[in-house]
Amino acid sequence: MAAAVPAARWARAAAALLLGCCGAALASGVQDQAEQFFKSGHTNNWAVLVCTSRFWFNYRHVANTLSVYRSVKRLGIPDSHIVLMLADDMACNPRNPKPATVFSHKNMELNVYGDDVEVDYRSYEVTVENFLRVLTGRIPPSTPRSKRLLSDDRSNILIYMTGHGGNGFLKFQDSEEITNVELADAFEQMWQKRRYNELLFIIDTCQGASMYERFYSPNIMALASSQVGEDSLSHQPDLGIGVHLMDRYTFYVLEFLEEIHPASQTNMNDLFQVCPKSLCVSTPGHRTDLFQRDPQNVLITDFFGSVRKVEITAETISLDPNLSAFESKPPKDELAAEPLKYAEQLPVAQIIHQCGDIAVLDSVFLWNSMEETSAHDMKKCKTILIDHFLNIYSYKFFKEIKLCVLYKIGEAGI
Amino acid sequence: MGLLSDPYRRRALSRLILRLNTPLCLLSYVAGLGWFLALALPPVAPRTYMSENAMGSTMVEEQFAYGERALSYAREFAGHKKKAGGMPVAWLEKTMWNLGLEVYKQPFARTLPFPDETRERYMVKGTNVYGILRAPRAASTESLVLSVPCSEGQHNHQAVGLMLALASYFRGQIYWAKDIIFLVNEHDLLGMEAWLEAYHDVNITEMQSSGTLGRAGAIQAAVSLELSSDVVTSFDVAVEGLNGQLPNLDLVNLFHAFCQKNGLLCTIQGKLQRSDWDTLPAYAHSLQTLLLMVLKQGSGRPQGDHGLFLRYHIEAITLRGINSFRQYKYDMSTVGKTLEGMFRKLNNLLERLHQSYFFYLLPSLSRFVSISVYMPAFGFLILILILKALDLWMKLSKCDAGPAERLWDGDQGAAHAAVEEPRPGLLTLVPPLLICHATGLTLYFLPVLGQHVATQHFPVSEAEAVVLTVIAIYVAGLALPHNTHRVLTGSGSDRGWMTLKLLSLLYLAMQLGCIALVNFSLGFLLAVTMVPVAAAVQPTGPRYLYAALLVLVTPAVTLLLGIFLYQELIEYPVSVLECWQLFLQAVAGGLLDHYLYGSVVFPFVAIFLYPCWLLLWNVLFWK
Repeated sequence: MAAAVPAARWARAAAALLLGCCGAALASGVQDQAEQFFKSGHTNNWAVLVCTSRFWFNYRHVANTLSVYRSVKRLGIPDSHIVLMLADDMACNPRNPKPATVFSHKNMELNVYGDDVEVDYRSYEVTVENFLRVLTGRIPPSTPRSKRLLSDDRSNILIYMTGHGGNGFLKFQDSEEITNVELADAFEQMWQKRRYNELLFIIDTCQGASMYERFYSPNIMALASSQVGEDSLSHQPDLGIGVHLMDRYTFYVLEFLEEIHPASQTNMNDLFQVCPKSLCVSTPGHRTDLFQRDPQNVLITDFFGSVRKVEITAETISLDPNLSAFESKPPKDELAAEPLKYAEQLPVAQIIHQCGDIAVLDSVFLWNSMEETSAHDMKKCKTILIDHFLNIYSYKFFKEIKLCVLYKIGEAGI
Repeated sequence: MGLLSDPYRRRALSRLILRLNTPLCLLSYVAGLGWFLALALPPVAPRTYMSENAMGSTMVEEQFAYGERALSYAREFAGHKKKAGGMPVAWLEKTMWNLGLEVYKQPFARTLPFPDETRERYMVKGTNVYGILRAPRAASTESLVLSVPCSEGQHNHQAVGLMLALASYFRGQIYWAKDIIFLVNEHDLLGMEAWLEAYHDVNITEMQSSGTLGRAGAIQAAVSLELSSDVVTSFDVAVEGLNGQLPNLDLVNLFHAFCQKNGLLCTIQGKLQRSDWDTLPAYAHSLQTLLLMVLKQGSGRPQGDHGLFLRYHIEAITLRGINSFRQYKYDMSTVGKTLEGMFRKLNNLLERLHQSYFFYLLPSLSRFVSISVYMPAFGFLILILILKALDLWMKLSKCDAGPAERLWDGDQGAAHAAVEEPRPGLLTLVPPLLICHATGLTLYFLPVLGQHVATQHFPVSEAEAVVLTVIAIYVAGLALPHNTHRVLTGSGSDRGWMTLKLLSLLYLAMQLGCIALVNFSLGFLLAVTMVPVAAAVQPTGPRYLYAALLVLVTPAVTLLLGIFLYQELIEYPVSVLECWQLFLQAVAGGLLDHYLYGSVVFPFVAIFLYPCWLLLWNVLFWK
């Protein structure tokens, strides 16, 4: 990690230099466009797709998950960036009259199993423990790369779950369940470990809204198929296969996603309206209060695709090296009003979140160089440092950092 | 607890039980009987519903369209059966083999304890033939059974034909997750017992068989098919198995659901359900259906070949095709489609059927009464015995307390008289207990053991000898020396008979309670007859009336009345003589059920219930 940091810094410095050199003459319109161009703050996309139900009569849950898998893969997220967890293998179930297929539409219209499905966690590997370990990255070193979520603080992650749930829990495999509190804590850990930039959580289960109501970490948008006290209903009964093929909510999400292509400008607000009560029977819910951006400005492809932004321009654009539109910092005066006080434990995430781009972390080896670099670079360093601390140093050392942090905040004059 | 430890309250309670004993008993009896009669009312009997998630709805596309093939198989089978003069084993093996099944045969032999005159068999030799359809994509760890009895005469050819046509169709499908066993069993229940014992590698009766070579894992469910006509007008489902065991209600629900899907008429106890529910005739109709089920279940006899599966915890039903004079007939394809649908849904099972009820009564196919609803009816009847026993207990303990310490002044003359008498020991109760139970054991063992002696001395056949010996011993029990206590204590004391009655009431309550847990119908039928008389009987008062009543409620007479009631309910009334003939057949059948399949009704009556009844007879003739 220590070797990677200087390399990245060099690369950035070089890029800034280049941009700075050619940024002399610019039309303001093109400038705006360029700012728009950098609006979304992510550089890579990940997807964790989970079906928690076994058994033939839960065919629809596997089809749900596979249909989302199909969509994200079609929109450009490679298998290496998808962690697919399927609790049962419907395609090879002896009861399946059409082996090696999983259909999402009646009359065998759409086979979501396709030719190339890479299932990372299958059957009894789909457990609460494995799911939480994948999210938080606390997995044994021997775990193969395909089974890891190797995201960073520039990753947009899509998490899709389906199965049988109740008020505040989702059942895994008939033997255990994950509660909404556990899930919220896992997301907080991810945030603290800088494992995501923004996170989209979708759940299709009975009383799905109960699963996201305990979230408290920033930059999370959540959708659910039904409100607390409501059942999610199945769809597409097929007499030939003898089961329901899909759940209503995911069925309409899939219909919606089939219309999306990499250049689509469709935004999240459209996704919220994808399944009105007249179609779903249940009332789909969503939660955006933790999310920093306006859902209207968030493209579907920000989460469902891995879209590299390419714009070819004849103009010369000079970019402000301190461009930080995506830093999503809250107003500073709000911060200033807050009195300083000792926290019970080291609230690393909170501090980072509140202090924005002020470099607050003292370190034995990087502090001095950090002061001289740009805000963006500082943030990167900070992240690395925190990761470093969280991973390596003991609690005793944490205490020292806490003091340093408070000292530095005082020094910065806020 | 305060109620019992506080002497004043306790006195009040005991006074209440003593004073109001007879009205309370009467009330309890009326409540029990009324509760039972109310079971057929719609609010008490909710609609049936499918509980098993894996089977869910009837969502399946049936494609069986080989009714004609079934009929041609049936004709071919009939021809070969006629030619072979029995079960055409070789032809069945060849045909099943050609269909692509794994075919096995299982010869078996059984000598009956005495000749069965109704079915005319004594030394039975037969062969079961079965073919296993292996699930193409699953391990052979679970299986389903479709069984067809190969009966004597012209019966059941169409069932064999349909089974073969279904086997041929099923062979072409790839969605099987369980093996399917197609079984043709000879000599109906005997063959079935032989096959089941061999399949599970046990020998609980004296069946001799070669054992089975081919196995297909644990059997999850079984359907037995009886079909004797080319077209059917309706299907009757039989659920009652050995000892009144019932299959899981979901299996019955499954059949009902597919009947409805295919528009097939289906009946239970031969009664079609009425569309209206709130009228008096409708109530009478469902009560009839309910009573028929209670009588059949109470008999403890398997009502079809499925009945023996239940002992192995395999859910099973028998389906009987009925061809009556109704106009609309269904062909083999519709029947086959219904079976196909059922098997596809059973194929989806992930565990044994266990979600729905195992203890229920059916006033119609679409309504059920669960155990929690019908048990109170029995509880009220048992309460009478408890109340009466408490009454006797308090009277006896009052005598112990002596006149000086008496807490209350009872008005019972018997209690007054008892005080002055010397206290008889419990020893006096031992001889009647021993004699009664010895009579019971004789009733159980002697008829079968002594049949040859009887045939040598009397001009009767073995079967008649057994039945007549049973009746003779039963009647002789009444005339046994029941007055042994007089030798010991001089004359019968009041304390003596009260203690004996207390003992027999508690004994009866325990027996009925136990049997009702296993077989509610049997327990209820016995309780509803025996309990009131058992509670009333005493050596004082109108003794001959009591004696007549007591004879009227003896289990044998209950059986006779039960047969009469059954014939009335199936709208096939019989004369007294015919009823007697049926009674003799039922006694022989009950014994055979016990020796051949392990039915508990005969030993229960002979070893426990009859001695208990004799104890009551003793009480009556105490003085």
